[in-house]
Amino acid sequence: MEEEMKNEEELALQIRNLKSCFFTSKGVVPAVDDVSIDVPPGKIIGLVGESGCGKSMTAMSVMGLLRHPGKVVGGSILLNGRDITHLSAKERSKVRGNEISMIFQEPMTSLNPVYPVGRQVQEAILLHQKVSKEEAKKQVIEIFRQVGIPEPEKRYRSYPHQLSGGLRQRVMIGMAMVCRPKVMIADEPTTALDVTIEAQILRLMKKLRDDFGTSIILITHNMGVVAEVCDYVYVMYAGKVMEEAETFALFENTSHPYTRGLLRSIPRLDQREERLYTIKGVVPNLLHLPQGCSFCTRCPYAKEECFLKRPELYEAGREHKVRCFLFRERSAEGESGNSAESAAAGSVLSENERSLEGGMA
Amino acid sequence: MTQNVLLEAKNLVKEFPVSRGRGKQTVHAVSDVNLTIYEGETLALVGESGCGKSTLGRLLIRLLPATSGEVFFQGAKITAMKEMEFAPYRRQMQIIFQDPYASLNPRMKVLDIIAEPLVTYGLAANKKELENQVMELMDLVGIPREFRNRYPHQFSGGQRQRIGIARAIALQPKLIVCDEPVSALDVSIQSQVLNLLKDLQEQRKLTYLFISHDLSVVKFIASRVCVMFLGTICEIGGTDELYEKPLHPYTRFLLDAIPQADPRLRSQEKEILTGEIPSPVNPPSGCRFRTRCPYARDICSQQAPPCKTVGNRQVFCHFPLG
Repeated sequence: MEEEMKNEEELALQIRNLKSCFFTSKGVVPAVDDVSIDVPPGKIIGLVGESGCGKSMTAMSVMGLLRHPGKVVGGSILLNGRDITHLSAKERSKVRGNEISMIFQEPMTSLNPVYPVGRQVQEAILLHQKVSKEEAKKQVIEIFRQVGIPEPEKRYRSYPHQLSGGLRQRVMIGMAMVCRPKVMIADEPTTALDVTIEAQILRLMKKLRDDFGTSIILITHNMGVVAEVCDYVYVMYAGKVMEEAETFALFENTSHPYTRGLLRSIPRLDQREERLYTIKGVVPNLLHLPQGCSFCTRCPYAKEECFLKRPELYEAGREHKVRCFLFRERSAEGESGNSAESAAAGSVLSENERSLEGGMA
Repeated sequence: MTQNVLLEAKNLVKEFPVSRGRGKQTVHAVSDVNLTIYEGETLALVGESGCGKSTLGRLLIRLLPATSGEVFFQGAKITAMKEMEFAPYRRQMQIIFQDPYASLNPRMKVLDIIAEPLVTYGLAANKKELENQVMELMDLVGIPREFRNRYPHQFSGGQRQRIGIARAIALQPKLIVCDEPVSALDVSIQSQVLNLLKDLQEQRKLTYLFISHDLSVVKFIASRVCVMFLGTICEIGGTDELYEKPLHPYTRFLLDAIPQADPRLRSQEKEILTGEIPSPVNPPSGCRFRTRCPYARDICSQQAPPCKTVGNRQVFCHFPLG
C-alpha cells in the first residue's frame, strides 16, 4: 500500500499506535487509543472531531505536555526519524519550540500579559539559538512581517491586551514559527476568531506551509476549515481514528457512518433544508465505552458484531481507511473491485439513512 | 408569513460609558437602529463579535435600558413603562442564552429551574399541578421526566440548552430571543437543538429573534436576516435572497469568508476582507464599514449611508452591489 511505502525518514512526524490515559480516581480513561498519524513535510494534516474525542490530547502527548494524571502509556513519536517518546523533560524542552511548536485556541491565555509581545517571541529565539539580543530582535521583526503584522517595529513593544484577537493569534504563529520548526501543531487556532479574521489566518497558514515547507497539524471541530486548508484528514471519535483520507476523497466518498452523520448535520449554505440530520444520542463516557465499536450505540447500521468486537482500520480506497466492519470485506479483496464495491456500500448507506430519518429526534 | 408587526424599534441607541485612564469615553454599542419583527417569523441578527447584536437583542426585550429611542411591543411603548406596568409584557418575551453552563443556577434542581417562571407568575394552583406542568415542558424539549431531581452539572451541554429552552417557553411567550443558542455545542448536538427550536416554533407559534455569528445556522433557521456591523445595520432581507445576492459589500465578504464543508469550493481566488474591526469607542465617520470596504469613496466618510429599499429589502450603503 501507498501508506507503507513512505520512507520513515521522509515523514516530518510519525505517530505510531500512540496511547495516552488519564489515571483518575474513577478509573483509567483512554483519551488517546492506538492513534497513528503520518505527517509528510509541507502538508497540512487535519485532526477533526467533537469535544472530548481526544484530538487535543493527541497533540499534548506529542508535545510532551500531558499533565498529571495523564500519561503516554504506549506507542512511539518520531520527529524527523528520531524517537522523542522517551526523552527526558530537559531534552524535550530543547525540541519543543525549536523543531516542533504549538499554538492554541485562545491566544490571550497563552501570552504573558505583563510583557510586550516582541520580548516574548525574542525569548523563544534566545532559548534555542546562540544569537545576540539585537539579532534576535531583528528576527522577531522579520517574522512579524512574515505573519502579516502591520508596523512590526511598533507592535514589538505592544502588550497582548493592546492587540486584537486576530493580531494576537498572528503573534502566536510568529512565536511558533520563529525557530523554523519542521512541524507546527495548531489547536483550534481560529475557533475564537470571527469569520473574516479566520479566513485571514487560514490563508496565512497555507502561506507558511508553501513558503517554509512547514508541516501543520490542524486540530479543529469545523469541517469547513478542514475542507478549506487540509491536505489529509483524520477523523477522531472517543479517542480513536475512525476514518482517515486525502481531503477530497473524504468529502467525496465519506465512508464511516460517524463522519457521514457529522457532515450531514452541518447546515449547508447552498441548499435550503427543512430539518437537519441528527446523530442520535451523545458521545459515550470514555470510562464506560461499549465493548465493541465505540460508535455502535449511535450508529444506524450497527449489527450484533459491532457491539461485541472492535473494528480495525480497513482500506476503503486509495489513501482512505475506515474503522468500520462495513469496509472489512472490501479491504480483504484488495484494490481490484474497490470503487464499484464502495459505490455499492455508499448506496446501501444512504438508503439505510433515508429509512431511519423518520425516526430521528 | 403573517405581516402583523410584533415588535418595532425606532432610533434605538445604546451607549456604554467607559473610563480609560484619563477622561471618560463612550462605547457606541448600538447606534440609531430601526427594526421590525413580524409575528411568527425568525429574524436573525448576524455580525462579528462586538457588532452590537447581543446588546440590540437585550434592548429589544428591555433586559437593558436604552440610552434613547423607543421599542413598541404589539403597539405598546415598553421603553417608557414602569416595572409593574412592564411585568405582563415580560411574560411575552423570553431569552435563551449562549452558555448553558453559566445560565442555569448550579444549586437548583431542574424541576425548580423550569418551575421558577411559573411560580413567579403564579400560574400553578398547587404543587402537584406545578410539577405536572414542568414535566410536560420536559417532555416537550426531550428531557426524560425521571431526571427532574437532578442538578445542572449532571447534564451535557445539549441537555442543559434544552432545559434553558423549557424555561423560556414555560410562560408561553410570543417572542424568544435566542442569543447564540447553539454556538457552545458540538455539531451533532447543534443539529438536535436547531430541529427542536424549529419544532417548538411550529407548535407554539413562536417568534424568534435569533442572534448568531454562524451564517450556515442562520440559513437553516431564519426567514429574514439582519446583518450588523459596529452598532449599525448593513442590510435586512429575506434569507434566500440575501444569501443569493447580497447587496451590502460587508454581507458579501461575510458570506465569502465562511469555510464550507466542500474542498471543491476552496476560496483560493476569493477576495478576503483585510484589516480589523474598528473600535466602537471611535467608530469611523460616515459609513462605519468604510475603513475595510474596497469600494469606499469620499462620500462614505462624510455621510452615514441612507436606507435604500430594493424590493422588500433594505440596504444601508452609498454604493450597494448591483
